[in-house]
Amino acid sequence: MAVLTAPALETAGEPSTAHKATLVVLSGDIDKLDAAFIIATGAAAMGMEVTMFFTFWGLQAIRKPVRNGSSLFGRMLGLFLKDIDGVGPSKLNMGGMGRWMFKKMMKARNVATLPELRQIALDLGVRLLACQLSLDVMEIKREDLIDGVEDVVGVAAFLETASQSKTTLFI
Amino acid sequence: MEAIKADLTLDLKGLLCPIPVVKMAQAIKTVPLAGIIEATATDPGVMADIPAWCRTTGHKLVSMERRDKVINFVVQRVK
Repeated sequence: MAVLTAPALETAGEPSTAHKATLVVLSGDIDKLDAAFIIATGAAAMGMEVTMFFTFWGLQAIRKPVRNGSSLFGRMLGLFLKDIDGVGPSKLNMGGMGRWMFKKMMKARNVATLPELRQIALDLGVRLLACQLSLDVMEIKREDLIDGVEDVVGVAAFLETASQSKTTLFI
Repeated sequence: MEAIKADLTLDLKGLLCPIPVVKMAQAIKTVPLAGIIEATATDPGVMADIPAWCRTTGHKLVSMERRDKVINFVVQRVK
């Protein structure tokens, strides 16, 4: 029995906007990254095709825990950049105490951690893309990013995906 | 009414947003078409989220009831 499905229509003509969600992740705070990954994994669970674009501080979410930077400023910046497990809250961080407190409170309620949510996102087929310009400016190399990152792209690639999406968020 | 025989029983107790819908999305693929998933959860957000998940994915919410802190729901795979 031949059934005309949405993917078949998609290849035949106009790109479908039915089930796509695109997220720009600029923030590198535990609370905002939590929101981003909860929405991304939730959307993937709803059957949507999800793309996350990581730029500037958001790159910490897809970065390996390595030192990076080549110039003086780049290396200084590298000292302050965290990985997904080390990021703190956007408010009340209090020199790292807030991060400790938030993680403890979330664990007490059995909330999924950021590293867990990122793995779930990858398991559900969420596409993780990194911004080329931010990588250049912040002196982060492609190999400093986790293996799950599909590609390093520019604004046009983001806009192409965003324009095909019903849901586009900037976090 | 115990007439429905579940193909899969899912324990979602203690799990919070977004894990219940993530588990449902993974579980629905493991039951046959018209198959039934019977689940138990404790996250109150499930009361709004599972119906929304069903409406978006096209699967059928057969029943949903809350007793104290425990929510029981039954979903049928449609496609």
